[in-house]
Amino acid sequence: MSKTRTRRSPGEWLRSRDGQKFLVITAFMIIPLLLLFVFTYLPFGEMFTYSFYKMKYTGARKFVGFDNYKKVFTRDDCFGALKLSLYYMAGSVVQLALALYLATVLSFKVKLGGLFKGFMFFPYLINGIAIGFIFKFFYTRGFVFDTVLSWAGFNIENLPYWLKDQSINNWSLVGTSVWRYFGQNMVLFIGAIMSVDSNLYEAAMLDGATKFQQFKYIILPSIKTIVLLNVILSISGSLSAFEPPYVITDGANGTGTYFVVMHQIAHTQQKVGLASAMAIILLILIFIATIIQRLLFKYVFRNAEDEDINATTRREKKLARKRASAMKKGGMTA
Amino acid sequence: MTIGQKILKYLLIFLKYLSLIFFSFVAVIPIVSCVITAFKTDEEYTRTNVMTLPESWLNFGNFASAFEKANMARAFINSTIILVFVLTVSVIIGTQLAYVLNRFKFPLNGVIRALFLFASLLPGVAMQISVYEIMYKLHFINSLPGYIIMMCGTDVISIFIFIQFFENISISLDESAIVDGANYFTIFYKILLPLLKPAIVTSCILKGVGTYNEYYNANLYLQDKKLYPTVATSLYTFVGPLGSKYNLICAGVIISLLPALIVFIACQKQIYSGLTAGAVKG
Repeated sequence: MSKTRTRRSPGEWLRSRDGQKFLVITAFMIIPLLLLFVFTYLPFGEMFTYSFYKMKYTGARKFVGFDNYKKVFTRDDCFGALKLSLYYMAGSVVQLALALYLATVLSFKVKLGGLFKGFMFFPYLINGIAIGFIFKFFYTRGFVFDTVLSWAGFNIENLPYWLKDQSINNWSLVGTSVWRYFGQNMVLFIGAIMSVDSNLYEAAMLDGATKFQQFKYIILPSIKTIVLLNVILSISGSLSAFEPPYVITDGANGTGTYFVVMHQIAHTQQKVGLASAMAIILLILIFIATIIQRLLFKYVFRNAEDEDINATTRREKKLARKRASAMKKGGMTA
Repeated sequence: MTIGQKILKYLLIFLKYLSLIFFSFVAVIPIVSCVITAFKTDEEYTRTNVMTLPESWLNFGNFASAFEKANMARAFINSTIILVFVLTVSVIIGTQLAYVLNRFKFPLNGVIRALFLFASLLPGVAMQISVYEIMYKLHFINSLPGYIIMMCGTDVISIFIFIQFFENISISLDESAIVDGANYFTIFYKILLPLLKPAIVTSCILKGVGTYNEYYNANLYLQDKKLYPTVATSLYTFVGPLGSKYNLICAGVIISLLPALIVFIACQKQIYSGLTAGAVKG
């Protein structure tokens, strides 16, 4: 059609299929891309530049090369703060295990199951500031937590100050994070378990599989992906742990995680260059962690598939044997 | 079944319910303690233990006073405006972008997807060091439209939900419309957008919860707490001199939770399924 014409005017081109395509692609992408550029990649580039300067938000800036990066590793309040992530990693292991257990229990028929699920999920919908107040109140000496423990027979005199005592306060904060997210993890796992074809459970029941076998051979393989995904998320989440100390203790008494320290350096002390270097270093760490986990994830996943094939063949063999013995029995009675 | 097996079976059922009750208790006790405290008068609060039930469940004095002190009327108006605009704009630009990325092959398609994916890896708190300066230069500090624009720009999850959804809508639908002479804009708005409704509900729920609960950015960019409090940041009123009046604080906290609670009770199913859909984006 258009080949018959040697040249098209811009107006004609816009009316053609190609022109229309170009028009719709441009019109639909320009705003999201602009937003992505202005609020993600532009600041990212700026932050990278800042990390080589000694500067505040206003006033003169001085190029200092890699000094900020050196400082991050030598100042004892910066890089050392990363070891607090270990608390949060431990917390997320507990959280995932707990969520997995509860999801397994709740995906079978349970009286008042919806109510239990709702109670445990609701903390996820609370805003961070409210969480801060709730737990400052919760952990205050002689208040909620101490009272509940005294019901259980503990003597208040022997209990530590949950947010001040440095031997326990990081666990207290990790506890709030577990409290907030275990229900959400549980709902994700229930969703994955429910997506399994219910015929599988029936077949397993007919085969005489126990609840534990059902969990191991049907539930676990089907939710492996989402569990691993959550493990990945929780590790980068632990490295960048921020909210519990920020809203509850403001990083006091040795609870300042890497990001809380960075936030204070950036906004209270206004050492923008140093804070930027901290951010870049953490980004690199998260990036490395993510890549390693993805590779590991692929590796585990491949193995899982092999295993699945083995499991199915094993199951089929078992089934065949059962059938054979049933036929034998039938043959004998006939 | 032998007696031993029967006992074991009932013991397991007992343990199952015991664990469910225990963890539900753990989940609600911090909130319940707040509700109890919110109904106590000042005198009652200092005299009784925090877990002692209030003398009257009709003492709404703290709620009224928290609502007024924290400027919550204004906060609810602001939060509503922010929610409406952020959700509308996010849905429009998110679905459009997903449509283009899913339906058209063009040279930069893969690059753009990768750019969005990489952006989702960058932790928000770290980026605010330099986003702040950009917001300042754009005169977006203490500006509701500026804050709304920023909140629209930082959304990646819903884009992936939309792309996933588009993958399940047959392309023959588009093709037959093209044969009928429809242009791409008509196809998108008249045919595909209505089909996307479940995905839109999902992304609105996820984004809505996030936007309503956002306090870090709101505190940073809407600093004027008289004019621009949101429901979450209005609670900052209680930091400082009021910091130990927990009966008042708890009332404020409960007020800020109520909308979330109502939405949760009304759309439990959608929230659960939306969450599950959002989680598989990786």
